[in-house]
Amino acid sequence: MHWWIELREGLRIAWDATRANKMRAGLTTLGIVIGIVTVTLMGTAIQGLKRGFNQSISALGSDVLYLERYSWFINSHEEWIRQNRRREITWDQVRGLQRQITSARAVAPTVNTARPVKYKNRSASSVMVIGTTDQALYTGGTSVANGRFLTAGEAEGGRPVCVLGAQTATNLFRGESPVGARVYVGGYPFDVVGVLEPQGEFLGAFSLDNQVIVPIGQFTSLFTQRPDYAIHIKARDMDSLEDTREEARGIMRKLRRLAPGQDDDFAINQQDQFIKTFDKITGTIATVGIFITGLSLFVGGIGIMNIMFVSVAERTKEIGVRKAIGAKRRAILVQFLLEAAMICLLGGLLGLAIAAPGTLLLRKVMPATISLSIVGLALLVSLLTGVLAGFLPAWRAARMNPVDALRNE
Amino acid sequence: MSLIRLSRVSRRYQMGTETIHALREVSIEVGRAEYVAIMGPSGSGKSTLMNLIGCLDTPSSGTYELNGTNVSDMDDNELAEVRNKEIGFVFQTFNLLPRANALHNVELPLVYAGIPSEERRQLALEALTNVGLADRVNHKPTEMSGGQRQRVAVARALVNRPSILLADEPTGNLDSKTGAEIMSLFEALADQGHTIIVVTHEEEIARHARRILRIRDGLIASDERADSHALVD
Repeated sequence: MHWWIELREGLRIAWDATRANKMRAGLTTLGIVIGIVTVTLMGTAIQGLKRGFNQSISALGSDVLYLERYSWFINSHEEWIRQNRRREITWDQVRGLQRQITSARAVAPTVNTARPVKYKNRSASSVMVIGTTDQALYTGGTSVANGRFLTAGEAEGGRPVCVLGAQTATNLFRGESPVGARVYVGGYPFDVVGVLEPQGEFLGAFSLDNQVIVPIGQFTSLFTQRPDYAIHIKARDMDSLEDTREEARGIMRKLRRLAPGQDDDFAINQQDQFIKTFDKITGTIATVGIFITGLSLFVGGIGIMNIMFVSVAERTKEIGVRKAIGAKRRAILVQFLLEAAMICLLGGLLGLAIAAPGTLLLRKVMPATISLSIVGLALLVSLLTGVLAGFLPAWRAARMNPVDALRNE
Repeated sequence: MSLIRLSRVSRRYQMGTETIHALREVSIEVGRAEYVAIMGPSGSGKSTLMNLIGCLDTPSSGTYELNGTNVSDMDDNELAEVRNKEIGFVFQTFNLLPRANALHNVELPLVYAGIPSEERRQLALEALTNVGLADRVNHKPTEMSGGQRQRVAVARALVNRPSILLADEPTGNLDSKTGAEIMSLFEALADQGHTIIVVTHEEEIARHARRILRIRDGLIASDERADSHALVD
């Protein structure tokens, strides 16, 4: 009860004092404003990146290994040159792996290229053409919206059929039913047997829906002379991913006739690598952001401390009067802490008011919205800055000797 | 039993290497409902004495019993509590909070006493009415005359029903007519049984009191009672 009454009185005084010195409070709070704008935009940007990333990354199965000639992330030019000298992964190696591997749930070789796709007089340029087998339905994160996927029989030859990505289907068919129609992929006729569910963009770089899936046999005979296969291997479950990886590696080394001690001349990629790289990027953004935030909050905090010293000096007499009529140290301390916190909180609110339209700019490049947790964080940080910066001046005020304080004019 | 009992109280200050003896083993007793003036030229030690009686300061040696409690060794917070409960200050420069209206100024001691707001308002209104300012409760100090401000200060001093009303040159910033008004207010309060101590250097003001203590060089020079009707202890 007692503290509540004192707190309310403290708030009242703080509010009066802040209102009486609007200009001063506004200028002082600038550092806090900048800090809060930075922390809010950074937090929002990271959340937005994460959201976009999680959407994209689900296109890569977490329990799928991608055995390819190149690593997804190459860190140096030398490494790139070395990997560029590697031999292609051949059809024989694909078959060998498929035959020998025991720990995989599904194995799907894929090859891809970009070709125009035509339907009647409409055409879509540079559609991702993917040659694969019926197994891709299990290794990919896709499912069929309309019609069906490739069958095992179709996969290696026979009829020229295809499955369209969602966007390619809408672009070419504009509401007509694509299933059963004939499209021309790179000039060759294919019958549409199915349409995939929409998958969205991959890291904002390209659409996963702008694609057409054709049997791998058709692909190699029509679109490429020297195919370089990638093999998607789905493990039985997450726990056996490492075992599957080791088995695939062993088989591949044998098939590619690598001597013991020789480095792998192929890469086994997995989703995990993307996540690690992504975490590194967001980590860097966060570090830079926290540094800028910390710096501006520090500078802002010093400003607040300064202005609070001024405020305490100006109101020495008032402190004396309050002490004379019975204010204890705690009451004076709380009064000035509240004033500092209030100025900082106003700075925080101002920062949020500036960051809100800033988020609209961010939204042009990523799915960004200010979340409640970020607003809470921003306000907490500004409050904390106020309390920390205000402590020394408030402490000095609280410890003032009433006789000396009253003598002050 | 005396309300105020100072026994051999000294107060020394350190000024560089020099020790200043502001009070030298002063002993005073003041009873309930007394109206006392403390007089003395500047530098006599009367302000020091007032600060000690008002529990704003503690003696270097000797003891001070207020209302039966020894307050000479209390710490900052304990003294604040004693001031809040036992002492009502009236200052020469009024010392009201400029941004707060009369009502809030008078409520302030009750805030620090932890009285809930409804009751606080009630008591403050009552105190302002008693000093004749019922129609000025929402005025800020800047909107009031000097005499009105000092009456707000008196209301603030009395709102907590303290044992002592301690006034430091209460008419020092007022013209003689308003000063006389304030002094007659004090007289009325004394008649109601309030214990009043006025510190002043003006003979005319001191004459209103029923007992005059003269201080010189840190010692009591004289202690005269104007008449006997003030002695109730």
